[in-house]
Amino acid sequence: MSKFITILEGLDRRWIFLAMAISVAGPILIIGITGKTLPETPTPAARAVYSEIEKLPVGTPVLIAFDFDPASGGELTPMATSLVHQCAARGLRMVFIALWPLGPQLIDETIRRVILADYPNLKEGIDYVNVGFQSGNEAVMKVMLTDFAKAFPITKNGTAVGDVVALKGIQRASDFPLLVEVCAGYPGAKEWIQYVISSSGGKIKMVTGCTGVQTPQLYPYYPVQLNGMLGAIKGAAEYESLVNSSLAPKDSSAAIPAKYLEAQRRMGPQLGAHLLMVGLIILGNIAFFAQRKSKVRATS
Amino acid sequence: MKRLVPMWIAIVAGFVMLLSAFFPITESLGETMGDVFNVVAAIAFILGAGSLAKVNLAKISQRDQGWGYAAITLICFAITLAVGLGKFGVPPSAQFPALGWSGEKDAEGSIFGWIYEYALVPITSTMFALLAFYVASAAFRAFRAKNLEAILLLSTAFIVLLGRTFAGVVLTGWLPDWASGLRLENLSVYIMQVFNTAGNRAIIIGIALGVTATSLRILLGVDRSWMGSGD
Amino acid sequence: MRHPYVIHDTLCLDPSDPDWRFAGIVEKGYRALVARNAIANRWRMISSALILCVIALDSSGAIDSAPANTPSIITGNKVNLSSKIPFNELGQEVTVPPAAISVQARDVPWDAGGVIEVSWKPAPDTGTATKWVIERSEALQTGLTPWAFVAEVPIDETVVLAPKLSASASYFFSVTAVGPEGSSAVATTKNAVTPEWNFFIGAKLPLFCAILVVSACVIYYILAARRGRPMKVRRIAALEAITDAVGRATEMGRSILFVPGIQDMDNIQTVAGITVLGHVSKTAAEYDAAIEVPTSRSLVMEAAREAVQASYLAAGRADAYNADGIRYITDEQFGFVAYVSGRMVREKPAACFYMGCFFAESLILAETGNSIGAIQIAGTAESSQLPFFVAACDYTLIGEEFMAASAYLSGEPDQMGSLKGQDVAKAIAATLIIVGVVLATGAALAPQGTMASALEWLKGVLGS
Repeated sequence: MSKFITILEGLDRRWIFLAMAISVAGPILIIGITGKTLPETPTPAARAVYSEIEKLPVGTPVLIAFDFDPASGGELTPMATSLVHQCAARGLRMVFIALWPLGPQLIDETIRRVILADYPNLKEGIDYVNVGFQSGNEAVMKVMLTDFAKAFPITKNGTAVGDVVALKGIQRASDFPLLVEVCAGYPGAKEWIQYVISSSGGKIKMVTGCTGVQTPQLYPYYPVQLNGMLGAIKGAAEYESLVNSSLAPKDSSAAIPAKYLEAQRRMGPQLGAHLLMVGLIILGNIAFFAQRKSKVRATS
Repeated sequence: MKRLVPMWIAIVAGFVMLLSAFFPITESLGETMGDVFNVVAAIAFILGAGSLAKVNLAKISQRDQGWGYAAITLICFAITLAVGLGKFGVPPSAQFPALGWSGEKDAEGSIFGWIYEYALVPITSTMFALLAFYVASAAFRAFRAKNLEAILLLSTAFIVLLGRTFAGVVLTGWLPDWASGLRLENLSVYIMQVFNTAGNRAIIIGIALGVTATSLRILLGVDRSWMGSGD
Repeated sequence: MRHPYVIHDTLCLDPSDPDWRFAGIVEKGYRALVARNAIANRWRMISSALILCVIALDSSGAIDSAPANTPSIITGNKVNLSSKIPFNELGQEVTVPPAAISVQARDVPWDAGGVIEVSWKPAPDTGTATKWVIERSEALQTGLTPWAFVAEVPIDETVVLAPKLSASASYFFSVTAVGPEGSSAVATTKNAVTPEWNFFIGAKLPLFCAILVVSACVIYYILAARRGRPMKVRRIAALEAITDAVGRATEMGRSILFVPGIQDMDNIQTVAGITVLGHVSKTAAEYDAAIEVPTSRSLVMEAAREAVQASYLAAGRADAYNADGIRYITDEQFGFVAYVSGRMVREKPAACFYMGCFFAESLILAETGNSIGAIQIAGTAESSQLPFFVAACDYTLIGEEFMAASAYLSGEPDQMGSLKGQDVAKAIAATLIIVGVVLATGAALAPQGTMASALEWLKGVLGS
């Protein structure tokens, strides 16, 4: 036992790294082979995201902001996919913007993955538009409050926003009844709340999907300023299961495409990683108490 | 003079930005200040690129330790800059099919787009993924039940870690409906919404007041240490 | 068998080249005044004359008579729209929603100008209507400009703000209820309204007052400190440790690493980080320790160079200042982290400072620093990153402590006074929270009671 304690006390962190790699890789392989995912029970925050989108009438313009970059894509891409999937299925007018420089590419990827692949009837510039990136962070948000075209004069492909059918009737941010924000940091949901939602006098509702690290920081805004929230891959998996269950093909034998199961598939590795951390914390405390006991013995 | 001029620029710009939020007459001035910042930051980027080149070239010429990395940095920098500016491999846009340069720099098929897709995305995702390993080693080292506060922290960590996965459902899913609030997945939501929110709000209010006081010290010229502790 | 008329209309702007547009279909026997919403809208062009053209169709739908312009010219404001009988394009009678009863417009008080609030009273039963369409027209001396779209709102809303108006112009507004089969008659405002420009944005009064109160507290205590009033600040271990950390680096002959976050100079946390850098570099200059400052923004590099150079000058060590130690790496978050982590592993600095705005890179940096055995001091106002710094660093400045660091390190009475003022503002905020909690609890217990009224009053005053 004492040898075990000694090993624990001097444990090289590389062993921990190896254990983490195994505990994450194991479930990835198992889920990859079996194709089975763990069941999800949606929390009220995830349900709220779903219902806020679902209750919008067909054709309603929705502002979708991709404020993240490829680095956090692993955590945020699955929820971005599901959000666009639901909006497209609902027939909403999707206006994509980004306040992060690499956001427009991620928007294009999502459009290719969801809209072009599964909703070919939706027309670019009419049913959806990628307005692209604009630098200036909060300054852009403030300008959008009064003049959308001033904040984003042209779309990503160079068309003046005034000529885009999808933007008909959009003069300022509050002309969008709903803002869907997917974010990984600054500028992100917090800034949108502080500069746009608070100033809109309740005209704009907002739902967000954010990284796990940001989730505790955004809870103070839910459910008053934030109408719904997807926290990390767990929130994405809950929301994904909601969207999939509502949009599942009538023919039950048809499998849901893998791209719409990404979040649920990633809950397996998350389970492995969390269990490892619980185990590590317990082991660390065993070592700590053993060490303390031996110190007490030594002093007495 | 070297400190006085920047200080007054900061004071004037700061007050204009502050007032522009409340007084419409100063609104356009505030926007101008924002534009000025963007222009200055863009000019400073040239200085940044200069610094990057200077430091790395010096490293290569002196054959310092790790000079190979410096060479790789400069080569990658030059390639990315060239293919981005030159729009290599960019197909023409649909609006102007006759003009070779009319497409977007990162359009599908462009070299810049290729670098983005096959170099930047995997590399940055890998760096982000390192967090999982560091979180594990930090948790192993930091979560020790040293005292009552630490025990509370530890218990909360367990509830949230388990409640955010299927393990929570397995462990406490058997609890009857009247005790469903004690299920780990519900407890973790409760902790996040109540205790976490309360703590975060306190920190946010403190930070907001700290930001106000710091800004005021700078705007009033009381704190000039951002220009160096030269007093 | 129906024998409908197809009505086309045109504005009489250029009789030689009329721009005919489909207006509606009516059965034979109805008067030509019958038209759909499209024509009704354009009839509001009171400055323009209108010509109606009637085309008769036979039962097969083919044209059986040549177009014939109506002999009379009808002006829109004289047309009795209430006599309109709605038909769809197949000539079938349809149900259209009732029009709004009254439409009013008023200038939004205490705003930056350019905005008018339009409100209307819907009919008791809005029928099949799904939305309202609001339009505006600028009143000129010669008449009205063409009607322009303002907004579309759901049928349950009765107020809309019309933005982007000229403060020197006056406007009429119209409201139309739109249903699946057609639109209601158009209801317009009786008078033109001008969106006046105001000196102050009234909606921001509570925020302005809050800033004034906090500023007053801070300024009062700065002045009090100048008058010699003693100011006490509790000991902040993280800031006390700066000298030890720099001393340790000197003893070990290794460098000091200072990371001022990954945001630009427009972020107050970066500014606060640079202020701490000024103090750290002064100590480093005094101890003759090398300091390295990698930055992820060019502007931050310039500001950091200025701060460090001034500190070296102040310490009398201008010759020891090395500008190349303060360098720009990349704006890309994880590219920056890769560089700094690699540098830490290779150079093994004895002391690492992380002061500024951090995101996901916080843990990578702090864990790498921990692995090389460096003494680490962090400070940030990003609450989501605080747990990582607390877990992996020796000392962490939490939120407002970080903001107070510069004042604490300088020890100047002026700056210490500002901290006292900040504490008083905090006490006011805490009092308001307690009052709000008591009132909200009371209002929950007795929704009609005094507490509920007081709570509503407080919410109104605070603008929430």
